[in-house]
Amino acid sequence: MDILRIATAGSVDDGKSTLIGRLLYETNSITKDKIEALESASKRKGLDFLDLSLLTDGLIAEREQGITIDVAHIYFSTPTRKYIIADTPGHVEYTRNMVTGASNVKVSLILVDARQGVVEQTARHLSIACLLRIPKVIICINKMDLVQYQQSTFESIQNSLTELIAQTTFEGQEISFLPISSLYGQNITQAAEHMPWYQGNTLLGELEAFEFAETQSKAAARFPVQFVIRPMTEAYHDFRGYAGKISSGTFQVGDAIRVLPTGQESTIASIEKFDQKLSKAEAGDSVVITLSTDIDISRGNTLVKASEEMAPQLKDFSAQVCWLDHQALSAGKTYLLQHGIHITKAKISQITERLDVVAQTSTENVDSLKLNEIGRISLRTAQAIHADQYADNPANGAFILIDEFSNSTVGVGFVS
Amino acid sequence: MSTLKTSIQDKIGNFPRRLEDESIYIMREVAAQFERPALLFSGGKDSITLVRLAQKAFFPGKIPFPLVHIDTGHNFPETIEFRDWLAKETGAELIVRYVQDSIDQGKVKEESGKYASRNVLQTVTLLDTIEEFKFDACIGGARRDEEKARAKERIFSVRDDFGQWDAKRQRPELFDMLNGRISVGENVRVFPISNWTELDVWNYINEEHMEIPSIYFSHQRQVIERDGMLWADSEHLNKEADEIPFEAIVRFRTVGDMTCTAAVASNAVDIDVIIEEILSAEISERGARIDDKRSEAAMEKRKQQGYF
Repeated sequence: MDILRIATAGSVDDGKSTLIGRLLYETNSITKDKIEALESASKRKGLDFLDLSLLTDGLIAEREQGITIDVAHIYFSTPTRKYIIADTPGHVEYTRNMVTGASNVKVSLILVDARQGVVEQTARHLSIACLLRIPKVIICINKMDLVQYQQSTFESIQNSLTELIAQTTFEGQEISFLPISSLYGQNITQAAEHMPWYQGNTLLGELEAFEFAETQSKAAARFPVQFVIRPMTEAYHDFRGYAGKISSGTFQVGDAIRVLPTGQESTIASIEKFDQKLSKAEAGDSVVITLSTDIDISRGNTLVKASEEMAPQLKDFSAQVCWLDHQALSAGKTYLLQHGIHITKAKISQITERLDVVAQTSTENVDSLKLNEIGRISLRTAQAIHADQYADNPANGAFILIDEFSNSTVGVGFVS
Repeated sequence: MSTLKTSIQDKIGNFPRRLEDESIYIMREVAAQFERPALLFSGGKDSITLVRLAQKAFFPGKIPFPLVHIDTGHNFPETIEFRDWLAKETGAELIVRYVQDSIDQGKVKEESGKYASRNVLQTVTLLDTIEEFKFDACIGGARRDEEKARAKERIFSVRDDFGQWDAKRQRPELFDMLNGRISVGENVRVFPISNWTELDVWNYINEEHMEIPSIYFSHQRQVIERDGMLWADSEHLNKEADEIPFEAIVRFRTVGDMTCTAAVASNAVDIDVIIEEILSAEISERGARIDDKRSEAAMEKRKQQGYF
């Protein structure tokens, strides 16, 4: 059974929580006691219908303000797939959570209120979905019930996004538009009886049909060593295994490998997963690799295949960043850069550009990037990192920046 | 909607293997990033799953951190027996600390009344244990699907000196990069099976042929009925005069204290039947946890105070 990860995004009151609640409800993912709790909570609010948004709006503060303020993870499954939804907040001050929720997903669901049409947040979320290179974007035009299910409204919203899509999309990305009503369950898991003019998939149909190519498995092989296993017991006296999760490509027993950054070479003697011996393993597999020769490898080193292109060694480079902290990013400041599991110091030499993701314009050479802003920086690291271009190999092309004093994760970068 | 009704057959034996890879990755990050990690072991299926994952993550080496059990004194005897067996079986170090000691030291006060439980008290013993051993990371078996407040929990969740959790101070977690850097006095709670559902856990236990405590399977037990649920009769339960124990065939869906975990009437004698039961169940897993029902925001409040 595979897992499809989805991120939802939208402005406040676009009905995101209701949409998710509706998906859970119609896929029979809610148990009877939870529905009963929902009924009584809805009644307490004076509603005469089941408020499905209450299912996911978890925190006390949220219930008071009636908005979602943090990334919540929601689970449901169908006979074909397990789905993980990262429900991310829509209002502007929490864009950082949206980026967080959207990293790692294959599908981005963007909600648009049919009455409002495209707003600034729509453009922001679409641009971020493209920046993160999310392979599928589904733009749900919600609350169609409030515009009499008119085809013309749906189409005019669709048309107003054409230009932005042309500017931000990338090769291989699928973008589709769906007219829906979460409140009345139109086009969520069942065809919309009120919109005979729409012949496409329902939302669930669209998700079930999406086949994502495993881009990470096709990229060049990268194996960051997380942990060196040396049991030193009688049975495994000389055992030295390198534990890690393959971040891209495939490795096979017998492959000639090279260690980065040391440049040492060896051959894969075994690939193990607990008590199983495997002949090969691919991106996403957590395994233990042993080598035919005894060489010195430690955490943070990366194994690559000698036959493939090495990950470029970067020390002075440029990257796109999204800033996630209240304290702004300023040129000249030093941070800790974590690339995969490898940490080194990094100095921001310059902020070469600040991007306005809504207008798709940029300002050159700025002093700082504030919370939720996106820009391009040039930076210099203390130790070189072996990173690929984010577009070619997302798992080996992203990094985070950590504040040395607060220890917080303050930014995310994409090598490009 | 009937076409979507999930067929039970479709889900049996259908564990998404990627979840295991992700959890093993998290276990290894904990061992590498922290000096003194510990695995909080409750004896329940989720923490048993954690032990299995830790075993796999470091094989053929041993689990490089201790299992820590906060014993409330109200545990099911079957749980304690299982705990000792598992520690021996895996060769892991086992550390046990007792809520009774915190009570004797006057740090906490036993609750009274018919709903008295030690569930809240164990937070104090846990925080003391963390301090005693200077644990900087505690691995727990919480899952995001269990409860609304847990749906927002990060995989690495930083706690201050008082064990407190602040929803607004959570670090963003991007891709699979885990930032475990902390200041002196702080520690991190780690949740490697955050993305697993109850069904995933059961499918995993099934596919891995794992042993679990016998109380998960149906058995005969003396129970009382209270608030429409079946409670295990024991010396720890404060019964009212009209609460007469009777024999019933039951099992437990979660394993907490005898005083705060309700049983369900069940004939499930093996895991396949348990999985079928879950798929058709009308009550959610934590619905049988009496401690969650105290108020709608019960779990979030306990979390802020340092409960897992």
